[in-house]
Amino acid sequence: MSSPAVSAAHGALDGVSHGGDAHHHDDGSKTLLGFWIYLMSDCLIFSGLFATFAVLGNSTAGGPTAKELFELPYVLGETMLLLISSVTFGMAMLGMHAGRKGSVVAWLAVTFVFGAGFIGMEVYEFAKLIHEGAGPSTSAFLSSYFTLVGTHGLHVTCGLIWLVVMMDQIRRFGLTDATQRRLSCLSLFWHFLDIVWICVFTFVYLRGAI
Amino acid sequence: MSGNHHSHDAHLGAEHADHGSTKSYLTGFILSMVLTLASFGVVMSGKVPHDLMMPGIIVFGVAQLIVQLVYFLHMGTSPSQRGNLSIMLFTILILAIVVVGSLWVLHNMNVNMMHPTSQMVPVE
Repeated sequence: MSSPAVSAAHGALDGVSHGGDAHHHDDGSKTLLGFWIYLMSDCLIFSGLFATFAVLGNSTAGGPTAKELFELPYVLGETMLLLISSVTFGMAMLGMHAGRKGSVVAWLAVTFVFGAGFIGMEVYEFAKLIHEGAGPSTSAFLSSYFTLVGTHGLHVTCGLIWLVVMMDQIRRFGLTDATQRRLSCLSLFWHFLDIVWICVFTFVYLRGAI
Repeated sequence: MSGNHHSHDAHLGAEHADHGSTKSYLTGFILSMVLTLASFGVVMSGKVPHDLMMPGIIVFGVAQLIVQLVYFLHMGTSPSQRGNLSIMLFTILILAIVVVGSLWVLHNMNVNMMHPTSQMVPVE
């Protein structure tokens, strides 16, 4: 039972004054909500890029069209890598909730390998397009394509760096409240990127090939 | 105090339900895999009539979005998820306004300018 004085002390310690509710139960739910709001604002960035691509997708300025450029089997390969990395991250999260540190780090490493494979394929694809003379400056369609797909790739690259940081933190500090909270945020980020990729392959690659 | 503890435990319980299990991740993975192959199949197989391709990939794409939101991001209507869900629905509204609005406005512009950009030939 807490007396008003004790509650007040707690309130003062936490730097907030919500009386008895001010106990520092940081289960990470507020952080996750905040991170979710960030992801949704990121979603709005992508909505702008998708709108730009949708508007400029046919403006090839006499250059190569989507149908001529994109190889669907290759894109299917990229999609599979990202999809597998999503489920391996899920396995890492299950390991985290079960408190198995080794399994978390191992699954994160597997996720990293698949994520890096995806980025490798994408960089190769970009290099090939530029080499064929279909760089971002060729047409409005290609400018918007490189911006949209490149922004997604940049996000995945950030995710890969974050993965490495989290593997190191978990090895050093173990599965503390802080590392679990950060890993939960990264999990949201990673699955979110997979969801953006679904829109990319549907509206950029498949629509372009029709 | 005891009431406080109780609600905290209940909250942890709800959180636990949101974590998913090996089974739910694998279900999501298999569904996503099938829907991805279906999307690519619609365009690559050459067996689907041309008019049905676009509706086909949109249906499979949206289905996969929902599958991943439910099985990987654990979106649902449980009390602990309502905040996330309402923020996401609002985002989808803004997203739809941005994308549909851009297409609508620029389509009108292209039509009224009488020289659609797709038919423009670059001047040498």
